[in-house]
Order: sequence, then C-alpha cells, then structure tokens
Amino acid sequence: MTDAYIFDAVRTPRGKGKKSGSLHEITALSLLTQQLEAIRDRNDLDTSKVDDVIMGCVSPVGEQGADIARVAAISADYAETAAGVTINRFCASGLEAVNMGAAKVMSGMSDMIVAGGIESMSRVPMGSDGGAMAVDPSFAYEHQLVPQGISADLIATKYGFSRDDCDAYAVESQKRTAKAWDEGRFDKGIVPVKDQLGVTILSKDEHMRPSTDMQSLGALNPSFIGMGTVMPGFDGVALQKYPELEKINHVHHAGNSSGIVDGASAVLIGTKEMGEALGLKARARIKSFAEIGSEPTIMLTGPEFVAAKALKKAGMEVGDIDLYELNEAFAAVVLRFLQAHDIDPAIMNVNGGAISMGHPLGATGAMILGTMVDELERSDKETSLITLCVGGGMGAATIIERV
Amino acid sequence: MEHFKLDLDKNGILLITFDSPGRSMNVLSNAVMAEFGQIVEKIKTEADIKGAVITSGKAAFCAGADLDEMGGQTAELQSMMSSDPEAAKKKLFDQVYSLNQEFRALETCGKPIAAAVNGLALGGGFEIVLACHGRFAANDNPKLKLGLPEALVGLLPGAGGTQRLPRLVGLMAAAPILTQGKQLKASEAQAMGILHGTAPQTELIKTAKQWVKDNPKAKQPWDADRFKFPGGAPYTAQGFQMFAGANAMIRKETYGNYPAMENILKAVYEGSLVPMDAALRIESRYFADLFLRPESKNMIRSLFVSKQAIEKGEGRPAGQTKGEINKVGVIGAGFMGAGIAYVSAMSGIEVVLIDRDQEGADKGKQFTIDEQTKRVKRRKSTQEKADKIINRIEATTDYAKLNDVDLIVEAVFEDSALKAKITELAEDVIGDKAVFGSNTSTIPITDLAKASKRPDNFIGIHFFSPVHKMMLVEIIKGEKTSDYAISRAIDFVSRIRKVPIVVEDTRGFYANRCVMRYIQEGYNLLSEGVKPALIENAAKMAGMPVGPLALQDEVAIDLGYKVMQQTKRDLGNNYEPNAGEPIITAMVEKYERFGRKNGKGFYVYNGKEKHLWEELGQFAVNGILDEQPAVQEIKDRIMYTQAIEAARTFDEGIIHDPREADLGSIFGWGFAPFTGGAISFIDTKGAKAFVARADELRDAHGSQFEVPALLRDMAEKGDSFYSRFGQKKAA
Repeated sequence: MTDAYIFDAVRTPRGKGKKSGSLHEITALSLLTQQLEAIRDRNDLDTSKVDDVIMGCVSPVGEQGADIARVAAISADYAETAAGVTINRFCASGLEAVNMGAAKVMSGMSDMIVAGGIESMSRVPMGSDGGAMAVDPSFAYEHQLVPQGISADLIATKYGFSRDDCDAYAVESQKRTAKAWDEGRFDKGIVPVKDQLGVTILSKDEHMRPSTDMQSLGALNPSFIGMGTVMPGFDGVALQKYPELEKINHVHHAGNSSGIVDGASAVLIGTKEMGEALGLKARARIKSFAEIGSEPTIMLTGPEFVAAKALKKAGMEVGDIDLYELNEAFAAVVLRFLQAHDIDPAIMNVNGGAISMGHPLGATGAMILGTMVDELERSDKETSLITLCVGGGMGAATIIERV
Repeated sequence: MEHFKLDLDKNGILLITFDSPGRSMNVLSNAVMAEFGQIVEKIKTEADIKGAVITSGKAAFCAGADLDEMGGQTAELQSMMSSDPEAAKKKLFDQVYSLNQEFRALETCGKPIAAAVNGLALGGGFEIVLACHGRFAANDNPKLKLGLPEALVGLLPGAGGTQRLPRLVGLMAAAPILTQGKQLKASEAQAMGILHGTAPQTELIKTAKQWVKDNPKAKQPWDADRFKFPGGAPYTAQGFQMFAGANAMIRKETYGNYPAMENILKAVYEGSLVPMDAALRIESRYFADLFLRPESKNMIRSLFVSKQAIEKGEGRPAGQTKGEINKVGVIGAGFMGAGIAYVSAMSGIEVVLIDRDQEGADKGKQFTIDEQTKRVKRRKSTQEKADKIINRIEATTDYAKLNDVDLIVEAVFEDSALKAKITELAEDVIGDKAVFGSNTSTIPITDLAKASKRPDNFIGIHFFSPVHKMMLVEIIKGEKTSDYAISRAIDFVSRIRKVPIVVEDTRGFYANRCVMRYIQEGYNLLSEGVKPALIENAAKMAGMPVGPLALQDEVAIDLGYKVMQQTKRDLGNNYEPNAGEPIITAMVEKYERFGRKNGKGFYVYNGKEKHLWEELGQFAVNGILDEQPAVQEIKDRIMYTQAIEAARTFDEGIIHDPREADLGSIFGWGFAPFTGGAISFIDTKGAKAFVARADELRDAHGSQFEVPALLRDMAEKGDSFYSRFGQKKAA
C-alpha cells in the first residue's frame, strides 16, 4: 500500500460566528478560495497534479451548497482537471476529508489531494440543511435523538464531571490558546483572510477570551436546562436510554462549550513520489485513520472508541502517542476521553481548542490536524492522534507521525 | 336512504340530515358510508344542487366510527395475517382508505359544503366536519364538544383528522387534540380557526346555508395554490423546532409504549410533506398498522368496550335488576369518607355524612365545599350548581338521619371493634332493604359481618384514594352477602360513575393484593443492589405511572409498616419474611421517613421537586451491583409479578371475569394501560410463552414468579383468560 504524506496545512483565523464577527461580510466561497490559493502559492503547486479537492461542510446549502469544493477550486484558479467534492460527517467533516484523501492516495488511485473544510456559521447557520434526524419520528422518536448539548450534559452526569470540572477545563483551554498565540505557535498555519479589496480583515482568532477564570464562567447559566427539563423536555427522552440515572446535571454553557465561528481549512496530501516530483517536503505521514458509530443518544462518546480503532490499525497503544488532539465540542467530551484512556491532560489539546478558538463545523477537523503537524515540529515530538466527536453518534480519528 | 334525510331548498342547497334509525347516536358504519358515497355523487352530478349543509337529526352530531363493527373484523384479519400478511394488510388498507376517499370526494366535489354541528362530534364525526368547506357549530348546546379520542384506545383519527386538523391549526395546537383526546367547545374551536362561526341551534342551519350561498367557489385551504402549513412545515425554520419538540414531548410521556402516538406523529410529519391525496393514503397506512397491533385491540376492549359494560353494571348477579340509589349514609368523615360523600353528591345523591362529633362531620363536608369552590374559580362550574351539590350533604352526628338511606358506606379507622359498634348503631335505624357497606381495605368482610344482624345485606365497598380521582371500586362479597346486596352496591358505584368489580373476600382483595407484589418487587430489586433510579425508571418504562418506591411513598411507608405488623400478627407462624421488611422497618423506626406525608421517604421532597434519597444504597444487602441488570429484565420482573398475582386470584376464584380483572388493574393501581390490563398482558403474550418466561424468572429471582396451576393448564391447552373465562359472565 502506498503511504500518504502531508505536505502543507493552512487555516483561516476563526471569526466570531455572528453578524458582528469579522468574517461575516466575507462569503464562504471566498474563505475557502483563499485557503486553496494559499496552498497553491505557498507550495508553488502545479494544480494540474491535484486529482481532487475534498471539502467537509456540515450545512452544504445556500452559498455553501452545490458542491462548494468544486466551485472553490475553479474560483482559486486550479487547473480544471482538479475535481471537487463536498462531504458531510458533521463535526468531523474536515478530518474525514483528509482521511478520504489519504485513502485515495493509499489506494494508488490518486497522487495529490487537497482536503479540508468550510463553514461560515454566521452566514449559513447550523441546522440550515434541515434533516430527518431531528424531526422524522421514525428516527427522532424511535431512537430517542436529543440535541448535542443534552448529550454532553449526559456524559458529564454519567461519568461524574461537575460544573467545576468542566469550567476548570475551559479556563485551561483559554490559557493554552493565549500562550500559543503569544509564542507564535499558530503562525505557520494561519492564512489571514483578505476582504473584497485584498486588505487583511482578520489575522487572529477572535473568539478567544484569555482572561476567562472560574468566577467569570461561574456567572454563566447552563445552556440546555430549559430544553432539557421544561420545553420540550429532552432529558426525559435521553434518560429512557440511561435509566440508571435519575436526572441529568446541566453543566455546559457558552463558556465551556465550543464557540460558533466562521473558518476554512486546507491540507495538501499526496504520495512521496508526487511530492518529490513537485519539489515538496513531506512533513508528516498518515499512519492510520478510522471512523466509528457509537450510541446515538449520548452521541459524543465516539472518540474513545474510534481512537482505539485507529491505534489498533496503526499497531500502537495509547502510550505511544505524544500529543492528543480532541475537538473541544464540550468540556465533558474531552474529560471523558482523558478518563476512558487514562491520558495525561498535559498532552491533550496543548494549544487549547474549540472552547477557546471556536468550532467552524466542517473546517475544524483539518484545522486541528494542521495544528498538530505544526506542533509536532515545534515541540520535536513524533506522533499525534487527532479525533472528533460527531453528531448522530460517531467518531473519526487520524494518527500522524512526523517525517 | 335509511340513515340520511335529504331536503333540497329553493336556492339549490341540499340539507343532509344524518339520523340513523333505532340508535341514540349516529355512528359511521359501513352502511352509513355507502349511503354517504351516494350522496356525494349526487351533489357532484346533479346540476340543480348548488351546495350542501350537513347536520344531524339527533341531539349529538356524530359519535364517530362504529367500534363494535370494527372489532368484528379483527378475527378474519388475524387469520389472514398468518397466512398472507401482505394481502391482509392490503385488504385492511383498502377498507380504511375508502373512508378517506369518501370524505375527500366530498371536499373536492366542486360545490360548497358546510357542516352545521348541532351537538357532540367526536372522531369520525369531527372528521366529517373538517372535510367540509364551511364549519359551523351551535353555541347554545353545553354538551357540544369537538374531539378526536381515537388515540385513547390506541388508534389514530383515520378519516383525515391527522391531516386536516394540523393543516388548519398547525402542529402544536393540533397535538393535544390528536394525541391526548383533548375536546374543544364550539367557542374554542372558533377561536382556533377550526370553525367559521357559531350560532344558536335555531339559527345554525340558516347560518350554514347562507355561507354556502355566499361561497359558491369554496375550496379547502390545502387545495389552494399557495397553501402554507400553519406554524411551519417540518423543513421551515419555525416548523423544524416544533416537529423536533413534538417528538420529544410525546416520547417523554409515552416511553415508546403507545404505537398510536408514534403513528400519529409519523402521519402528521410525512403527510405534511405531500399533497392531501397522498397524505390521506399515508394516514390510512398508519391507521391500518395500528389496527393490527395488540395494543389497539387490548385498549379498545378494556378501555372502551369492557369499561362501558362494567360501568353499566354487567357484573350484576343473574336475576338481579338495576335499581336507583337516591340517598346514602357515609359514616366516618375522614379523608376517605369526605371523598365518598363528595363523589356521591356530585352524582346527585343525597348524603348523610356522620362523624363522632359535629366538627369532624363539618370538616368532611368542607372537602366538597373546597373542591366545588375550586371548580367555580376555574370556571368549570357555576356557584349555583356548586351550592346544589354542597347542599346535598348533611353533616351530622345523628344516626337517626340514616333512617331512609338506600345504602351505607362506613369509612372509619381499621378497627374491628369500632366498626362493629357503628354497624349496630346504623342497623338500628336503617330500613330492611338498605345495604351496609364497609370501606375496609384490610379486614375480611366475613369477619366484620359477624357484628351485623343482617349479614346478607352486609358488603365491602372498597374505594381507592383519592376517591374523587380513582375510578375503581371493589365490591367485596362476604360469606353471607346476598346477590341483592351486590346488585345494590353496583347500582351505587354505577351512579357515581366509577367502575365496580366484584371480588371474593380475601386478604388485600384483588387490587391491593396485586399492587403489593409490585412494591415488593421494588424492595427485592433494591435489596439485590439494583440502582434505585434504575428500578424507578424501568417501572415507568414498563408503563407504570410511578415507580414502586414512589408509590410506597405516596401510600405512606408507615402505613406499609402497620400493615406488615398486622399481617405478622394475623399469620403467625405462616408469615414469610421478605426483602421489604428490614427496609420498611429501618425507614420507619430508625429514620422516621414515612413518605410524602412527612416530606421524606424513599424520595426527598422539596416543594414540587423530589429526588431519590441518597442513602438508599444501604439497603442493598451486598452493596450496589457493579453490573446492573438489563432494563428488560427489570421490566419483566415488575410486570410479571403483578400479572402472576392477578392470575392467582383467578386460580383461587377471588375474581371471575377477565374484564373486571383487567379494569381493576388499570384503574385500581395503574397497570400499564397499553397492555389492556394485567390479564390481557398474559393473554397477549400467550399462556405458553408467559409461563416459560415466568419459569425463567422464578429460577433466577424467586418464588414470586411461580405461576398457579391454572396458568400451566392454560398453557397446555392453548387457552387464554378471555377464551376460558370470558363467556361465563356474559351468559
């Protein structure tokens, strides 16, 4: 089997995902196009060698609809032979794009792929694509689907994480991100976003709140208590799957959950041979990847299982990984992963994550993979496992090693 | 035409008067629908008919489908289902869909049709109204209600109700009508936009005709070009939240045990995404699906057919006839006595309410005053009506006032000596034909009857608490109780609109005996180390209204303690210790946790909030189990132990009629209504499968799951309770 290598990884800074956010006035197409241009220009890439552009997007409707990957590739002046496909594995879409790209390369059917993701959450709000999952009784009623926030609080309840545990995690996330920016750890991967005039409109993540402390978080009200306990009462639905619990403790709020942001990402993946032919330096090798389905009501416990699956495929054990990166969808998701695999928090999300920087759904997976490529080099480490929890009860993971 | 009268006026408006001969209520039978189809065809094709108004020649408009006729088709379908299920389903669909086609033909006939609803319109009756272009109802008939009660018997409104109502008022407003059987007054229906108007009965037809005249091109909103689903279809920003919310709200309440609820949601959701004709086909499929399920069969039988029959007094002994109960004496004005006086007065019965002092008697009457005041405040009644009810109760200490009562209910403390004294005092005064009933729950009637000079007229009339909310009354036969006394007790219970079941004299009678098994299994699970939340939740998932620990809290733990002590004394060496004993003893003696009444029991009570007491783990003999049992195992234990006890009462001849046993289980202690009751629960599984599972449970968990010989015999012979015992009483 051919090996798949990572040659480059870029991302936008993440803009606040609301009307006042810096990226709200930039189209989703422009965000993604600029990332594809950066991949092309930073690597002096002959885009005719790119077989496919695979982009994750969770709400592929409106301006993100109609296969935005293909549209962005043309818009970025890629050779017209570079195809494009948009994929959706919810929050892991960006990582799934990388894994699919890697699979194409490993199978020998593709030599060079650009993978990544796009989500302008301020312009195409979450849920814009509808979907049977929440409304069709054949699924929602029969399989007891509840919103993710309820699932996250269920994880906290079932595995014993208090509000303080979750808040403490969030404070640490903010601290680590502030430090990472201060030390320039993101400099390599960040591609500032330009406006319609070509002037930089955002060069740094704008969701961060470095001054966050336990007191400021303590003042926030739990976000999901109303929909959980009153109207329409999702707790009562979730507990029918977890009847050993009397009630759900609602511990998550805006400060210890991922932020809603705008952003895009792109990763250049290919064979060693094609890389050499194009004069590219391989930075990391994709050792293994995996996806998995898990219990859909608690929904967000997939990382525990998908990490084990990816480790097994790579012939590795938990202790063989130098750095773990798990998308900070909710604090309890990360705390449960640490607990399940008994991992040292010091090597988990070393530069913070979605709690501090935000989670541009379709783009995040490839963003955090890029963060790990940079971080392995900076900290002179060898291996990293990147994983995300996924709606509907899934997980995706990728293991990379520095070359 | 047999069922409809037709009358064409000079304006070309056809008045269709629904008036089935020989029935008090119009129902939608096959014969009715055949004529209805001809009428629609006539309206469509005859040029001199410009439009039509539909009304009823009876006090009520139409009571819906003919449930008896529908039930009659079940046997044939069941046998077809086993030989050729697809053909059976198709046949059923065709039948069901034909009703939808008739109503659809009406609303697309090209001429304006208006409904003039003069009285009650339920189920299919309301669905006819919804299929009319103009909808009018009388505003001066207090009995007029519009509603779709199908879900209450495990079905769905299958004549367009799941499609037209949401298209008129939106999902959120339609949901309580479709799923909870919520009924509307004419004014409410008008405010919601279901009705175009209301009028006094004398003006109703005129009003409807005027509308037909004014709207020659009437069309249903959903047949107009730019129809928008009110409140939003599923895939609109607004609708998305609502449809998602409806799934959760209903799932939370039903635990997935009521397929009707799920099918209603599916019919509304899927139907909302397609035009009306396709939507009606979808509705018919989901209706047919329900019709083939045991839940609907069981619910129709117990909650509709049996309930009506037993309420009417079908449990009456042969040779006895129905009589009037006009005046009763209630002795003991405590919580039970006050409740019995209240429900009696509410039903128009004069009540002499006696206590040992006037203050006590007045306090008992105060309950009725308070309840009536609440009703007036909530506009459920008027002060005039309330006063009438209150004035029917005479609170006194004077036994002489009992001289002309038809029946006595004694509801004093469970003290044989006290009861004996009261029996004497009352019997000195009451007439020869008056029946003396004791509302005891623990003392055998035969024992109490020893104090009576006329034990043939002495009987047990066992109410459940709270009296005004609990539908069941057990009528207990003592050794010497006469058929006449039973018949009179049934007269009384029927009059107060409760469900009378006739039970032989035994410890715990029927309902309490079975429900004790439920609570007992809760203790077994607790002492085995099952998490308390899992016990309580699994019970609710099985369909019980509250968990066994919550139930014990409601009836009071110290009461359970007293009953336990009494049972010990009574049984002596025959008493078998059980898992509940050390738990109850500790709760009462060590912790003084008596249940809800003192704010602490198995739960901790904070106003309206409650949560399980954190210290319950101490009752797990070997600690909380690391590996908790599967939910299904707990559900089975909880349901089987109750059902087996119900079967034992048949085996011992305590209860005789499966209908009474089923109703007793649902209305006496809340046995999962979707099963049709504890006996239907066994019949639905089949005796053979039930016994096999019970034997597994016995081997794993103990003798409470030992089935009586009767069930083994039934399993061998392939009998069901209804096949074996069902005919006796009816004969």
